[in-house]
Amino acid sequence: MRRITAIPQLLRKLFLERATAGIFLALLAIILVTGIVNPRFFSAYNLQTLGRQLVIFGFLAIGETFVIVTGGIDLSVGSLTALLNVLLALFMTRGLGTAGGILATLAIAIAFGLWHGLFVTKLRVPAFIITLGSFVGAKGLAALITKGWPISGLPSGFSQLWEGMIFRVIPVPVLAFVVVAIFAHFLLGYTVWGRHLYAIGGDIEAARRFGIKIDALRIMAYIISALSAGVVALFIAARLNQGNPTVGTLYEMYAIAAVVIGGASLFGGEGSIIGSIVGACIISVLWNALVLMRVSAYWHEVTVGAIIVAAVTVDILRRRRIQQPG
Amino acid sequence: MDNEFFLLARDIHKRFGAVQALRGVDFEVRYGEVVGLVGDNGAGKSTLMKILAGALPPDRGEIWIEGKRANISSPHDSRRYGIEMVYQDLALAGNLDAPANVFMGREKTHRFWKLTTPVLHRREMEKVTGELLLRLGVQLPNLRQRVRYLSGGQRQAVAIARTLLAQAKLVIMDEPTAALGVSEAERVLDLIRRLKEEGISVVFITHRLPHIFAVCDRIVVLRAGKRVGERTTCETTMEEITQLIVGGKTDVKYERE
Repeated sequence: MRRITAIPQLLRKLFLERATAGIFLALLAIILVTGIVNPRFFSAYNLQTLGRQLVIFGFLAIGETFVIVTGGIDLSVGSLTALLNVLLALFMTRGLGTAGGILATLAIAIAFGLWHGLFVTKLRVPAFIITLGSFVGAKGLAALITKGWPISGLPSGFSQLWEGMIFRVIPVPVLAFVVVAIFAHFLLGYTVWGRHLYAIGGDIEAARRFGIKIDALRIMAYIISALSAGVVALFIAARLNQGNPTVGTLYEMYAIAAVVIGGASLFGGEGSIIGSIVGACIISVLWNALVLMRVSAYWHEVTVGAIIVAAVTVDILRRRRIQQPG
Repeated sequence: MDNEFFLLARDIHKRFGAVQALRGVDFEVRYGEVVGLVGDNGAGKSTLMKILAGALPPDRGEIWIEGKRANISSPHDSRRYGIEMVYQDLALAGNLDAPANVFMGREKTHRFWKLTTPVLHRREMEKVTGELLLRLGVQLPNLRQRVRYLSGGQRQAVAIARTLLAQAKLVIMDEPTAALGVSEAERVLDLIRRLKEEGISVVFITHRLPHIFAVCDRIVVLRAGKRVGERTTCETTMEEITQLIVGGKTDVKYERE
């Protein structure tokens, strides 16, 4: 009985209330068109490549969702990916070993999230500013540490984190992503904690009066976002088998674009993990499609830019309609 | 102490810098009574209520609740004594639905499929919210609608349903009808009557005297941080209250400094 009513409810939530329907259909359309134009799109090899690419944007989009839901923004994740990627390689090649290197990298990611969160909450520095500082600074640090050159010589076997296959078909990063995505969806959508993040994004004064611990929750959101950059740094290190200060360029923009395409509002209080993942899918599939069609990669940036403008404009128009009923 | 009073406040003083906002105000609320608190802008109404709600500390004065000396130093303390404040701007999260707002900070959870983490119990919260709103005589067509799409009166009902959930004994409402049209304001007055029927005391702050006369048992008038008059609603007129507010008249027993 419960199960039967749950399905139409789920459909309604997906397609009406969260306004995810449009973008989900758009994703299907892009996939279909790409598949018809170039049937190689559906080859196992291409889907695995696409899946791994999706993981990069997907992880960052999930982290960014937590911040944007609270009404904040994190511009630093691309640069943090570069810095953490370099640090991971440094740690692993300077005696910390694989596990030690991973733990140290994630710890630094948490420290960055805490840094952003403390500035935003305790010092009331706009999130835009403090994360812009890390956007510029982390990139510079990455280049300083490596003097501009990649750090190679990672432990053999570490690349399995990227290349490995589960049951010979599912890439390891894809499986890791699915597990994290389900957990994040549960956290944001089904727990008191997630509900309070939405309340903060909806009306921070109201949330304060409700007695919600707004500072702690917002700091947690920035930590999650920075951690997502740490995780992506691990996968990129495994992919390149090196620490490279030039990775991660524009990734924060792709992450934010994915979240906004997925129905989140930059004013806070709206958004969902499913939406952000669909947004990340659209960006990844577009990338993949353009590559398959031998179109210049620069067109991808142009396209994503146009999509961001369209998605934000739609959100603003939607809000304006709400403010002027009738 | 007297058993008919839920709350007694004695000789409350509050100063903001050079401004003496309250100069020794007495205030009391009986069980199940609706008290109208009126006065011109700056008379000290909101300051007095914020002190009772724990949002401001008094400089001097005593508060007694249910016959016992009360120590209110935070909104949390105030709530523990059964006092809930409904703010003028309502303080609701417009992006969430009515049950989420009613239960915000007191969410009901359950453990699903033996998961170790408690999960929001949406169905239970929706059920209870529906019941609370029904007690207030309000039925929302769709409980899952975001609060920002609700009318002013419906939003007020959601804010008051929060106080019912908290089992408040005294609800303080600061200008609940100020931003509402005639029929919506009438609905809010109905909500106040419902609270009274439930045996809950209400302090109702407003500038609109007809609303006071429609629901209040008693009216207390503040002027320039002092209590200048008190009337039982059925024994006074709007003219008389207006005179007390603007300063044409002061009750003898309050005239001494």
